Amino acid sequence: MTDYFNEMYETGKVRAPYARLENWTKCMPAELRQMKQAEAEALFRRIGITFAVYGEGGDPDRLIPFDMFPRVFAQAEWRKLEKGIKQRARALNAFLLDVYGRAEIVKAGKVPAALVYQNEAYERAVAGFTPPRGIYSHIVGIDIVRTGPDEFFVLEDNCRTPSGVSYMLENREIMMRMFPQLFRENRIEPVDGYADALRRTLASVAPAKCDREPTLAILTPGHFNSAYYEHSFLADLMGVELVEGQDLFVEGGFVWMRTTEGPKKLDVIYRRLDDAFLDPLCFRPDSMLGVPGLMDVYRSGGVTICSAPGAGVADDKAIYTYVPEMVRFYLGEEPILQNVQTWQCAKPDDLKYVLEHLAEIVVKEVHGSGGYGMLVGPKSTKEQIETFRAKIEANPDNYIAQPTLALSTTPTFVEEGIAPRHVDLRPYCLVGEKIELVPGGLTRVALKDGSLVVNSSQGGGVKDTWVLAE
Amino acid sequence: MILSVNHVTTYRYDAPMRFAVQSLRLFPSRFDGQRAVRWDVSVEGGLRGGSFRDGAGDKVEGWSLRGPVEEVRVLVSGEIETTDTAGVLRGHREVVNPLAYLRETDATWIDDALRDLAETASAGTTDNLDRAHRLSHAVSEAIAYVPGVTHARTTAAEALEQGEGVCQDHTHALIACARAVGMPARYVSGYLHATTDGTPHEAAHAWAEIWVGNIGWIGFDAANVCCADSNYIRLGSGLDAHEAAPIRGIAQGEGREEMEVSVALGQVQQ
Repeated sequence: MTDYFNEMYETGKVRAPYARLENWTKCMPAELRQMKQAEAEALFRRIGITFAVYGEGGDPDRLIPFDMFPRVFAQAEWRKLEKGIKQRARALNAFLLDVYGRAEIVKAGKVPAALVYQNEAYERAVAGFTPPRGIYSHIVGIDIVRTGPDEFFVLEDNCRTPSGVSYMLENREIMMRMFPQLFRENRIEPVDGYADALRRTLASVAPAKCDREPTLAILTPGHFNSAYYEHSFLADLMGVELVEGQDLFVEGGFVWMRTTEGPKKLDVIYRRLDDAFLDPLCFRPDSMLGVPGLMDVYRSGGVTICSAPGAGVADDKAIYTYVPEMVRFYLGEEPILQNVQTWQCAKPDDLKYVLEHLAEIVVKEVHGSGGYGMLVGPKSTKEQIETFRAKIEANPDNYIAQPTLALSTTPTFVEEGIAPRHVDLRPYCLVGEKIELVPGGLTRVALKDGSLVVNSSQGGGVKDTWVLAE
Repeated sequence: MILSVNHVTTYRYDAPMRFAVQSLRLFPSRFDGQRAVRWDVSVEGGLRGGSFRDGAGDKVEGWSLRGPVEEVRVLVSGEIETTDTAGVLRGHREVVNPLAYLRETDATWIDDALRDLAETASAGTTDNLDRAHRLSHAVSEAIAYVPGVTHARTTAAEALEQGEGVCQDHTHALIACARAVGMPARYVSGYLHATTDGTPHEAAHAWAEIWVGNIGWIGFDAANVCCADSNYIRLGSGLDAHEAAPIRGIAQGEGREEMEVSVALGQVQQ
């Protein structure tokens, strides 16, 4: 059995960041805990934060389970993470600017040309176009796992429209309401500056043609989307309009929003819609969700789209392997956060290794997300492994593999009391005129005993994430 | 040679539409083989939107029309001086890596028959230019020019199976074959003055460009078994006919659309 790093207890002693939490749990009898848990659930229901799960059927308004036991980082731990996250966000953006421009990293032989240009996420339509400030990914969600006191690894990057930040904000809100004394006893860095920071970031990338305070809006696919709650929540917090494609039109080289006072010019669109659906005149012709002509306005500098169309080429699982190289190439620095070792099944030697070690490793689809289409070798039956083997053999290019990581655990409330459960972390880095990161992020927890899959679609929950002030 | 172009596309709706938007790729490419003397594009009653040159070197311009819209007329008129570059797209500024043109689309899906055709045609040659010529020849042999048997959504595989089609089908089939043997290829839309033997031809035309390593992009017209010369006017390119379409538009409303195209090409006497 692997030894997992427990973020609260190290060799039987409580680690410093969790010091004040031990007493908190001791003073909480089971009945009180159950009452509080029910109260938390009622609060989540009331604010309407739910998470529909793709492909699982059942209740589309299912609540994502919330665990009241906070996950805590010391200031020093966070400072290192913060540096590493910002560094990575800079490198990913530099990469995007480069591959849609002069492609120096490809010419230098650091990243294979085929991986970039034959990638489905590479958008020919935006090659040669430079978005304002040269930024493509304005909100970078970086999934991080911890395996030891000082060992953090990046599991994947999300450069398109990472979701979940509403949970970071709501989890905090609810914890503060239910346990105000905890926030008096611990000096916890606030996360509620996120909405302002997001607004600043978006406003800072308004097109050059915009000569006044920029008008921003969030473009949502609509209320059928599983993250619709988050779209409306963020629009509310920022005080900007939440719009659907049908609320917008293009004319005279600009994008206009239909309002009761007549059309209003829009300068920056934070879209929560995939590239393919943005504009039927440029991408999928059958898309009813986007705005016809939007890409012509964008490419002639009339509006900014965040994240920039084409940003997905940087967060592909096959490109991921090269991110440390990007850090060295563009920034001339050594990467602060490490990648997880990755085997690319497209490479014959790697494929051979993967097929020989299926029972020990994790295999993922290159374009998969949400924990679907993956194999966790040590947690799978022989049959599951064999089924997966056939899939990999049929289309090796579609898969990558990684060692099964010994994800850290944090104490979590479970039926029997408190038990360690595996966690990961998704911080949201904002990239505009400045690079900003609120101290915290979304901690996802695998609620099933022994499970290493933290995705909410696979039975994962969420926790409030604390960064302690000094 | 100086060619004159008069191209009118009319969309009519049987009920007034609320709004119409178009993205036009109706501007001559800039390269050594052609130079616009005069070129005007307009949409009757429309508002000109943003305009730019994209990474593939094509000029694109957006237009919109406020409703009620009963008819949309897109007018192109110009004169252009062409030079024979033996099909080579020399002096064309673009930043898209050729590898991006290996991607398959629905229309250019490579089935076994297309793959067979490509592999048989290119067997025994290691020279890319030779291979491209052979592919173009093979496609023209395999698909006879017969108008009216295929439609806008016919795929390369379907056209090959049918053995008949028009320039769009030849081009899709040639692109699929080229990609099948690892050569980047793309769809080019434009105009053709006349076929090389002097017989008149439908003036709106399409052909393929194949990437030949040490030379660059070369235009191959499988429908006419030749390379694009001074009779060809190049407008824009894409992965397939849909992407390279000179006009992409959408009209919002309940009306049904009818389209009419008239293209007149002539040689200007000097």
